Amino acid sequence: MNWSIVGAIFRKELKTYFGSPMAYIVLAVFLIITGWFFSLNLFKENMAHMRSLFDILPFLLVVFAPAVSMRLIAEERKSGTMELLVTMPVRDFEIVLGKWLAAFILYAVGLAATIVYVISIFSLGKPEFGPIFAGYIGLLLLGGTYMAIGVLGSSLSENQIIAFIVSFMISAIFAILVFSAMIMPPPLAELIQYLSTTYHFQSIARGVIDTRNVVYYLSLIFFSLLLASHAMGQRKFL
Amino acid sequence: MISIENLKKYYGDFPAVDDISFTVQSGEILGFLGPNGAGKTTTMKVITGYYPPTAGRVTVKGKDVVADSLETRQMIGYLPESTPLYLDLTVSEYLHYIAELRQIPEGEHAERIDRITTLTGLTDRMQQPLGQLSKGYRQRVGLAQAMVHDPDILILDEPTIGLDPNQIVEIRSLIREIGREKTVILSTHILPEVQATCDRVVIINEGRIVADGTPDELQSRFEGQAVIDLQVYGDGSDDTEPFNQVHGVVNVERMPDPEPNVHRMQIMAEQGTDPRGELFRLCVRKEWTLLGMTRKIQSLEDIFQQLTRSDAAHQQREEDAA
Repeated sequence: MNWSIVGAIFRKELKTYFGSPMAYIVLAVFLIITGWFFSLNLFKENMAHMRSLFDILPFLLVVFAPAVSMRLIAEERKSGTMELLVTMPVRDFEIVLGKWLAAFILYAVGLAATIVYVISIFSLGKPEFGPIFAGYIGLLLLGGTYMAIGVLGSSLSENQIIAFIVSFMISAIFAILVFSAMIMPPPLAELIQYLSTTYHFQSIARGVIDTRNVVYYLSLIFFSLLLASHAMGQRKFL
Repeated sequence: MISIENLKKYYGDFPAVDDISFTVQSGEILGFLGPNGAGKTTTMKVITGYYPPTAGRVTVKGKDVVADSLETRQMIGYLPESTPLYLDLTVSEYLHYIAELRQIPEGEHAERIDRITTLTGLTDRMQQPLGQLSKGYRQRVGLAQAMVHDPDILILDEPTIGLDPNQIVEIRSLIREIGREKTVILSTHILPEVQATCDRVVIINEGRIVADGTPDELQSRFEGQAVIDLQVYGDGSDDTEPFNQVHGVVNVERMPDPEPNVHRMQIMAEQGTDPRGELFRLCVRKEWTLLGMTRKIQSLEDIFQQLTRSDAAHQQREEDAA
């Protein structure tokens, strides 16, 4: 693994994101939606907490992450620049990792902007700091995971719409497995719940960052990126 | 420098490249010539490490392009056919990005890029986005990109396609310039390009090599083989057999002629012989009227056409099978 190459790809992708209106539009939409959910419950319940946002964000990310990441590899395939990129002395995994990192940072910027909400509730009341901090760590991990699934989807097609749909479907399945308790008997449901991205976020958002949750997310990120680099390595007509 | 041994590349069942072998010497400019779809691009994609070969082996300076791919990719500069570029980047940003991917130390970027953009005539376009550049300038950026890391080997897939005549001349002389120090493989389906720039030609058709040599060699190899176009009138002159018996004749083919009762023959003569006199005497003996007889020396263009006609390829394949 050559980190200077990962860095070069990361910087180029970030430049592409912020050099076009896309990043700003996506971030604006992200903030409008989160702001809406945040303020809605703040005034209705008249309570200073982040719960309402932490409840909705895991599902919002299922749409947001694929929208950000769908172009990462698909676009290079479509425009033919992929051919140049992979004939450089660069490993496929370095490409995938650099691209994921750029999408992750874009998301982290959006998430950082929501700290405004945290500041506002601290000025209104005395919320507990622990769960909010843990919640943000959880959101970073969760978003990073969906971005990795997004990169995987993007590596499977040269069509960005297909890439979006594939990543959305995979992410959505991981997200809604948490509801398995509603339709399954307890022992099986517990097992399946454990596979859900939302489930691990919920346990982090309670205020305890357990190693198991972190390992779950990191391994899902790694596995998705590994699959993506393999898919990218498969050229057409192989 | 580059060695290709029994390379095969199938797309599904379709053989795009079917068992070709050749080597490229250090410092050579090799023209890879063939009609569209002959397998030129596929071969180049295998050398550059884009496609793995179906069978066979390609080595660059003794390193296998599959097993030691990272090393061989570092030695090669590649200009793909469509010159794909990131249209949102400026020329300068793009070349810096490529330099980073090529792992050129940060401190050397400015100097390298400066040198390469001077060579390709891009110095006054550095801050322009690639999307705004004309086809000719994009091609120069593609070439610059392929040479940023000063590779020993350049692989250029149709480097002059889509350029106007002035640009073609410029790019060709640029390739000549570069080729003094580097090994270059360039593909083309334009014949004069090969004569203008290449030291050696490999002609490929339907995935197979049909000729390999210097442009002069190819010309002289087929030059001796003159074609005689003969028009004759008279009883029994529609039969190819009497002509075939003439000393020095290799092959006789009947060609259509617009005039009624006039028979037209295309006669291939053996190298170094000129059977025109014999043919004339044959006509006199048979009391046929000789209406015309011309001898044509084959140009490289004719050789190319003859070698790459698809029926010729099938014939070759059958001969190989037999």
